[in-house]
Amino acid sequence: MNNDGFDQFKGSSDYVTSEPLRNAVNVSIALGRPLLIRGEPGTGKTLLAHSIAHGLRKKLIIWNIKSTTKAQEGLYVYDTVQRLNDSRFGDRDVSDIKQYIKLGKLGQAFASPEQVVLLIDEIDKADIEFPNDLLNELDEMSFYIPETNETITAIHWPIAVITSNAEKELPDAFLRRCIFHYIEFPDANLMEEIVRVHFPDIKNSLLHEALKAFYSLREIDEFRKKPSTSELIDWIRALIAGGVAHEKISSEIPFIGTLLKKETDYDYFVNNHMTRIGDTFFTRWRR
Amino acid sequence: MAKIDMFTDFFYTLRKRKVPVSTTEWMTLMEALAKGCISNLDEFYYLARAILVKSEAYYDHYDVAFQEYFKGIEAPAEISEQILEWLKGPLNRMTLTEEEQALLDRMDFEELIKEFEKRLKEQTEQHNGGGYWIGRGGTSPFGHSGYHPAGIRIGGESRGRHAIQIAQERRFRNYRSDLTLDVRQIKMALRGLRELSRIGPEDELDLEETIDATAKNAGEIELMWTRSRKNAVKVLLLMDVGGSMEPFALLCSQLFSAAHSSSHFKDFQYFYFHNCIYDNLYQDIERQEAISTDYLLRTMEPDYKLLLVGDARMSPWELMERYGAINYYERNETPGIVWLKRITEHFTHSVWLNPDNPSIWPHPTVQMIGKLFPMFELTLDGLGQAVKKLIVKK
Ligand SMILES: Nc1ncnc2c1ncn2[C@@H]1O[C@H](COP(=O)(O)OP(=O)(O)OP(=O)(O)O)[C@@H](O)[C@H]1O
Ligand SMILES: [Mg+2]
Repeated sequence: MNNDGFDQFKGSSDYVTSEPLRNAVNVSIALGRPLLIRGEPGTGKTLLAHSIAHGLRKKLIIWNIKSTTKAQEGLYVYDTVQRLNDSRFGDRDVSDIKQYIKLGKLGQAFASPEQVVLLIDEIDKADIEFPNDLLNELDEMSFYIPETNETITAIHWPIAVITSNAEKELPDAFLRRCIFHYIEFPDANLMEEIVRVHFPDIKNSLLHEALKAFYSLREIDEFRKKPSTSELIDWIRALIAGGVAHEKISSEIPFIGTLLKKETDYDYFVNNHMTRIGDTFFTRWRR
Repeated sequence: MAKIDMFTDFFYTLRKRKVPVSTTEWMTLMEALAKGCISNLDEFYYLARAILVKSEAYYDHYDVAFQEYFKGIEAPAEISEQILEWLKGPLNRMTLTEEEQALLDRMDFEELIKEFEKRLKEQTEQHNGGGYWIGRGGTSPFGHSGYHPAGIRIGGESRGRHAIQIAQERRFRNYRSDLTLDVRQIKMALRGLRELSRIGPEDELDLEETIDATAKNAGEIELMWTRSRKNAVKVLLLMDVGGSMEPFALLCSQLFSAAHSSSHFKDFQYFYFHNCIYDNLYQDIERQEAISTDYLLRTMEPDYKLLLVGDARMSPWELMERYGAINYYERNETPGIVWLKRITEHFTHSVWLNPDNPSIWPHPTVQMIGKLFPMFELTLDGLGQAVKKLIVKK
């Protein structure tokens, strides 16, 4: 057995990866098993799939999971409404059912002539049975369409990246088949690198002050939603655009609304951690 | 024989340290090793973790097992040699058919070992292509540290640390679910308090299903109903504060923080008491703002999920007697036990979370209260079990 032939993910210029994460990606590719990625919001789970597709120059197929998503939709849907419509008003041959079968995201990934990266984003949003319902198809890499008596078999198995916020526990049977990696919330050093990807010319003083304030905010447990990477990046964008002096960053936290998106969190912070002096609110953090 | 010992010992060590590894996953690891996925122990550390461990809650267990198993082999060269030696073992290159794998899944571990030993005997006679692994040394496809092609970002960890050191750091200690709690973890556990599609009346029009059914019905309208997808769970938290609960004040405030900041409940109410519940509950920790327990029971719907927090430890008369309240001025007309009984009868789902270690639960009042409410230890695991209890269908 030889694995020299398979594509290796080495990263991409717009995404900061760690070595364990790259290794997990490559193991999942080598073994043809789905890669399950978990981590707090904003830790780059979704972006990873983009980076893999970009780095390996493969097409990315994205299946966004919602609470109402059913496993079946990923395989194919039978557009009965169109068919009904055609039978009444159209001139198409409605006995040709094939034209009303539309492949879902998984179906498209199987049918693609080239290997693709398939992102199943936020699988934990779906019903608890959802992952189990997909097991068979992912194992066999094929499924049957009774309406047309067709079997869709994967030409290449897709590189499957599945993300989860761990809102719900996933079924054991499903977990056993996955390669798993937990993306830790980046520490300040790693975050610096991530920020620099987005703002290559950022001044050190501004970056350091912003990170200091950001990590202090993340210490507060009462927030419904702690600020994450995406909020940090939006905030820094605002700080740069607003030409804010770096001394003010920690003491006033300008544009704090970009960091604390929930009104309750915003109110909580202003009421409990800030003091009003004149027209300006100052943080009560000792400088 | 040394090889098989080494092979099985690691599996045993993981199990002993409570990493829930299944044989399926162990086989997958073997498959990965057979494919030459690694060339040194550092890579092995991450490879085995990615395949065998399916939750960050077990990363620390894994680190403990890894240290224990590989300790004493500090010099990197030695480690690599030893691990490579091990990996060369014929078992590791064995690939199983699906049927074999299914069979193995059903076998218990002892049987599995026997099976391996049998296979090992069968294979010892065979030529061992020794160069297989060593030949790959340094050219493993798995992104060596220091491999730095232009335009690629490699972030994070400081270079030059080795797997054992990484394991020794035990940086995932706080993610364990069987040690102390933090707010984030409690919140995660409380997320289990959900009741979505499977419960409640079918009272929402399912437009998609309706269109589908109507279409299949050749245009004859057929209405399809579904259950609401919003979380229907309402939570009532009653907490014992002060006195013997003092040492657990932080823990309780964390539980409160977590419940309070959990946005997914339909409603969240909380009250305080001291030692036992009597005629009144309190809206504040200082127990100044009283609300009558009777009023509460008359106004709160029985489908509130009730979480009681307390050590349930008091003098028997505090629980059993009229005017038994530790606070003399409470002058409770009704004994605490009667109130507790009314409460447990009122709510369809209730649990008692006890911060004390279960080893000291054998105590008269703890036992009596434990008969009225299912009691769980206030740890993440205990909370998890309590949450399950709170959402069982009745
Ligand atoms: N490693 C990284 N390198 C570069 N940018 C990153 C990285 N991680 C996060 N980001 C930034 O944070 C943003 C959020 O990342 P992403 O949407 O992938 O997070 P997520 O983990 O999928 O979050 P959620 O759980 O909310 O879906 C990205 O758009 C990017 O700007
Ligand atoms: Mg995402």
